[in-house]
Amino acid sequence: MIECDIAIVGTGLAGMRAGVEIAEKSRKVSVALISKTYPIRCHSVCAEGGSAAVLREGDSFELHEWDTVKGSDFLADQDVVEFFVRECPKEIIRLENWGCPWSRTADGKIAQRAFGGQSFPRTVFAADRTGFHEVHTLYERLLSYENVEFFNEFFLTNLAIADGRIQGISAIDLKNGDLEFFKAKAVILATGGAGRLYGFTTYSHQVTGDGIAIAYRCGIPLKDMEFMQFHPTGLIPSGILMTEACRGEGGYLRNRLGERFMQKYAPEKMELAPRDVVARAMWKEIIEGRGFESEHGPYIALDLTHLGEEKIEERLPMIREAAIKFAGVDPVEEPIPVKPVQHYTMGGIHTNMFTETPVKGLFAVGECACISIHGANRLGSNSTVECLVFGRVAGERALKFAENAKEPEIPKNFIKEEESRIYDKIGKGDENPHAIKKRLNEVMDTHLWIFRTGEGLKEALREIRELKRRYERVVISDSSRKFNVALLSTLEVGYLLDLAEVVAMGALLRTESRGAHYRLDYPARDDEHWLKHTLAYYTGKEPRFEYLPVTITKWKPVERKY
Amino acid sequence: MKFKIKRFNEKNGSYWQTFEVPVRTAMTVLDGLFYIRENLDNSLAFRASCRMGICGSCAVKINGKPRLACETQLSKFKEVKIEPLDNFAVIKDLVTEFEGFFAKHKKVKPYLINPKISYENPVEQIQTPKQLKAYYDFTLCIKCGACYSVCPAGATLESYLGPAALASAYRFNADSRDHGKEERLKIVSQPNGVWRCHSAMECSEVCPKQIEPAKAIQLLRRATLR
Repeated sequence: MIECDIAIVGTGLAGMRAGVEIAEKSRKVSVALISKTYPIRCHSVCAEGGSAAVLREGDSFELHEWDTVKGSDFLADQDVVEFFVRECPKEIIRLENWGCPWSRTADGKIAQRAFGGQSFPRTVFAADRTGFHEVHTLYERLLSYENVEFFNEFFLTNLAIADGRIQGISAIDLKNGDLEFFKAKAVILATGGAGRLYGFTTYSHQVTGDGIAIAYRCGIPLKDMEFMQFHPTGLIPSGILMTEACRGEGGYLRNRLGERFMQKYAPEKMELAPRDVVARAMWKEIIEGRGFESEHGPYIALDLTHLGEEKIEERLPMIREAAIKFAGVDPVEEPIPVKPVQHYTMGGIHTNMFTETPVKGLFAVGECACISIHGANRLGSNSTVECLVFGRVAGERALKFAENAKEPEIPKNFIKEEESRIYDKIGKGDENPHAIKKRLNEVMDTHLWIFRTGEGLKEALREIRELKRRYERVVISDSSRKFNVALLSTLEVGYLLDLAEVVAMGALLRTESRGAHYRLDYPARDDEHWLKHTLAYYTGKEPRFEYLPVTITKWKPVERKY
Repeated sequence: MKFKIKRFNEKNGSYWQTFEVPVRTAMTVLDGLFYIRENLDNSLAFRASCRMGICGSCAVKINGKPRLACETQLSKFKEVKIEPLDNFAVIKDLVTEFEGFFAKHKKVKPYLINPKISYENPVEQIQTPKQLKAYYDFTLCIKCGACYSVCPAGATLESYLGPAALASAYRFNADSRDHGKEERLKIVSQPNGVWRCHSAMECSEVCPKQIEPAKAIQLLRRATLR
């Protein structure tokens, strides 16, 4: 049993920012930073384009608010958005103070560039490695504190909840295979999204929605899970992200006829319309036969050739490197082959605007949470800074809670049951977990993609439930303890299956089109019936759904045009 | 294509195993490892995450040279021989112990030291593009361990800070905003620091991010002599 005051699970941007907040405010409380990988291997390092913040004259908090709310297709909670935009600038400057190598203007100020759906170029960036530098800066900062301890390669398995409050967590220490228990007064979940539900995705391999699924199984509702973001430009065939900054810096999208087809779909914003709009336009071009053909399927051309080598080297060096290494294409010379790719989980663990979940002492933040600033469609460069802003809030709240909390106690039967669940009950059948995951990915890529239909969603649900039945007979073909990847991937697939069901059912029930959730059989937004958040509850059988009003303060829903 | 993999577990010790992997275009060594884990042997242990060369998880020895499995295309080989990184203790198969490596990184105080900054009221500091350029290349280290695995000084002295940590020390010492240069120079000029380097330059040779730790070590040496 490891004892700490605050346990933070997940060491991407949100978890590490929470850790910094706690250590800055108190050198007394003990903080355990628990992660499935080493902190700097987290998926946040894959964020490329930048982080939004109002820094300069000509921009305003109101504009950032409006862009975010309109981008969200009016599903964002506006009180949270108002708070969020006002906190962003400070977070950017703090990272600067801690050493983040932000790209600079000629006179040495923090530089900004344009991103989709913005009224002002407000995206702060560090070349095209923004997430990487933000992660490393926070990790380095954390190394300077004495009261923060890292537990690397610990895989979360459960939350210990008793008397309506959190008591701690359980995790497998991957290096020796032992189940370890962390007793904690407060717990922050910052475990990331659920992108590996999909096959064609920008996500790192490890992003399997563990924290979201575990919270769900513990009775905490999941909010708005049917809203999955598809990024317009995923490199084929790998799905590696080609940042929106490619277009922010002036890149074009072209179809096989050489047309800049965004003219038809978003005449004003063109390639810099929000992601849902651009991804749908690209998919339509492909479906209607105007994509390029290749051995990896149809694609659209992301053309940077007119930007010139100097600008590409300065602003998009990693994009050039990745396109050359993974697709054999030098963007200086020829267009990059791309197509829309699953990229972000708008939904997540239900929290209020203070990152509090319904369980006392349990907080959730970052992509695993749904604090609801992104609504039905997130704007590019709002998620990294969300992790910073609300990571800080989570740290602040968890610290306050821990300082006034009674001593926690992990129930004895929790320990016994968890040990038996992990080591005795799972994996005695004959189904290969990877085969189940592969089929799940195909189902999601087919029926829960950019265009959805009632029929397709019903088919998806049928398939997911069949896969869940197969999962009951899954086999873990390795009984050794140390670094047992067979056990790890089997548990991950179980999480994904639970989440897939929530995503598919939520999507089937939502008979409208809003942001990234587009129903061919219900192509219009329906504010009368659906201007509300979805809440999914675990029941042991199929999820139970409830709905929650959206907080609207000053921006009434209007038609969304770009 | 034949994948010859050096495996290790406590029960069987160390042994070689060969797998046959079907290859398609644009396939990487990492794709091949996943193919084996998903279809042939669920127990094959290796680390991987981003699969785009930025997280630093998947450095292994491929045909004798440390590389990131995720960005190594299979098209350049007839067969592949994969081993865990040298100079790291093996935990299982291709997974090695990195705690010591990260502990060394921590030793050089790899964070910006500036007593003047305020947490509550942060103020933007000016840094010109030229000042940024002075250290930027050294910020790109992904801590994959490739450099350390080929370092002859690391092979003979376990406490040697090693190329990655020293490059990180240089990165902060070269940052116009930093005020911790003297502290760091004291650390890196100890017997397990910059003077232990044999100047074999192997680290710069294998770095997947072309960071040139050997150059950083040279520059630190010069600074300690001032």
